[in-house]
Amino acid sequence: MNAVLKHELRSYFHSFTAYVFGAFLLAIVGIGAMLYNLQAAVSNFEYVLSFGTIIFVVIVPILTMRVIAEERKQKTDQLLYSLPISTVQVILGKYLALLVIYLIPLLIISIYPLIFSQFGDVYLPTSYGSIVAIFIMGAALVALGVFISSLTDNQGLAAGIGIAAILFNYYSVSLSEYVSSTAFGSIVALVILSVILGAIVRYLTRNELLGYGIAFILIAVITAVSYIDPNVFEGLLPNIMRQLSLFDRFSTFVSGVFDLTAIFYYVSVIVFFLFLSVQSLEKRRYN
Amino acid sequence: MIKVEHLTKYYGDFLAVNDLSFEINEGHVYGFLGPNGAGKTTTMNIMTGCLSATSGHVEIGGFDIFEDPNHAKRLIGYLPEQPPLYMNETPVEYLRFVGEAKGLRGSELNEQIDKVIEQVKIQNVKGKRISALSKGYKQRVGIAQALLGNPKVIILDEPTVGLDPIQIIEIRDLIKQLGQDHTVILSSHILSEVQAICEKILIIAHGKLVAFDEPDKLEQQLLSANEIFFTTDAPEADVREALSTVAHITDLTIETNETNILSAHLKTDAQDIYSVSKEVFFAFAKRNQALLELTLKRATLEDIFLELTETEAPSKEKKGGEAV
Repeated sequence: MNAVLKHELRSYFHSFTAYVFGAFLLAIVGIGAMLYNLQAAVSNFEYVLSFGTIIFVVIVPILTMRVIAEERKQKTDQLLYSLPISTVQVILGKYLALLVIYLIPLLIISIYPLIFSQFGDVYLPTSYGSIVAIFIMGAALVALGVFISSLTDNQGLAAGIGIAAILFNYYSVSLSEYVSSTAFGSIVALVILSVILGAIVRYLTRNELLGYGIAFILIAVITAVSYIDPNVFEGLLPNIMRQLSLFDRFSTFVSGVFDLTAIFYYVSVIVFFLFLSVQSLEKRRYN
Repeated sequence: MIKVEHLTKYYGDFLAVNDLSFEINEGHVYGFLGPNGAGKTTTMNIMTGCLSATSGHVEIGGFDIFEDPNHAKRLIGYLPEQPPLYMNETPVEYLRFVGEAKGLRGSELNEQIDKVIEQVKIQNVKGKRISALSKGYKQRVGIAQALLGNPKVIILDEPTVGLDPIQIIEIRDLIKQLGQDHTVILSSHILSEVQAICEKILIIAHGKLVAFDEPDKLEQQLLSANEIFFTTDAPEADVREALSTVAHITDLTIETNETNILSAHLKTDAQDIYSVSKEVFFAFAKRNQALLELTLKRATLEDIFLELTETEAPSKEKKGGEAV
């Protein structure tokens, strides 16, 4: 794992990716700090972070698009398979390297509240709580990006899908107000989601029975529940969309609460997508 | 050293490797020979742990590649058909990564890198970006990667494809050198290449092992391809009678042309083709009939290769046809 980690870090600093990522993150936070902390003279640094989260829509896919797609394209994944390291080690090494790249600008940013506290009253626990939270939230987005990159050998496609996915997540709370909140609407949406989930499982495991089986069971459960008590589905879809939003949970930290359930959710997302990435890499061995 | 047992691999419905079994001992250079699409690359990918098998076992130095891949892979250095190189790195950086992934550390790593760089002769380009290197040098970097960690077995998939003649000779010499300290397995669809480098040849056709021996013995083993041509002015009945006393004739065709000169073509499976030609000669001499011409055609490895890889196909297809 160390070998992969070191190798990835070296290659990020060889290319522009790490610098572009860091520059964008520092720029948006810098602009935010100027607007909120300097011009408006607000002492809450967490507002700046909240303002800056939109930039993740662009910079996370830029950072993660090549991580596995490039290996496939250059056929260097063959080397990784033949080396005495496991797929888990490969994914973890790559993921940790991405976190290091992500952590560097964040460390610079974490000096800002200290600087501001020299000139006024800054409530540091909330500032640093939010910095920790934004790190973990970004880490969850990076895990999603790694998974998307593992699905294709085309970097551009990986970036495009990544931007779309993160953008959807960013706006899912606002969108949830427009989607149907009726029971019927939720049922239809859940059936569609079940089919999509089944298709993903089928693609990853190459096991048709398992994929269709999962979709079938989920649809059966939905049908059964809708007969027993259709009220369960009332307003379910908008609720799910709100729950899935990574960005929405960050606002709790901004309002001064260090929300452990949100941290737990972020960590679950990380584990989930890294697991899928390992499966996606493992799957290539069976083709 | 390597034991492959009943290896089978399906890609969907396509049978790429069909119940393949063989054993490879330590030392020597082994050649994997077969036409394109015979299952060479698939077999190599499975042996090196890059691909899963549908069924069967592969054991490397006592370690199962599927059950205990970490130990098994440490014994193998693999160069896939397309060398897996990171183009924007220098050979030294690249080798450092591969060495670390193989578990080498500190001074041992540095020594190994220096050693393999010297072995494959890339000292003068070791600081250049790999993307700027010629194909021959890229291939060498790929081989250097396989050599790191001093594995017992080196597996090279078509190592000379796409190189110019001088580079091919250089790589071949390098492989011969490697064969002194390692077990080398290389694949190729070029017969002369395998004949030139390898001490033992495995011929694969349609995912099956059709022959496994030393090049000379392969030639001997399949002498049914040895042929004798002769012409005589004796009548056909006499010719058949004369030849009936000769042993080891597997096939006989006789043609007569207008001038009553008869030309015969016979195949033999005898170990020594000269003993057969001698018998033929004396058979006619005893009857006081003349042989006007006598030509021998020894089977080359090329003939064996063609015969083995071509005759396998229809028989298998026929089997499939019957099943349907």
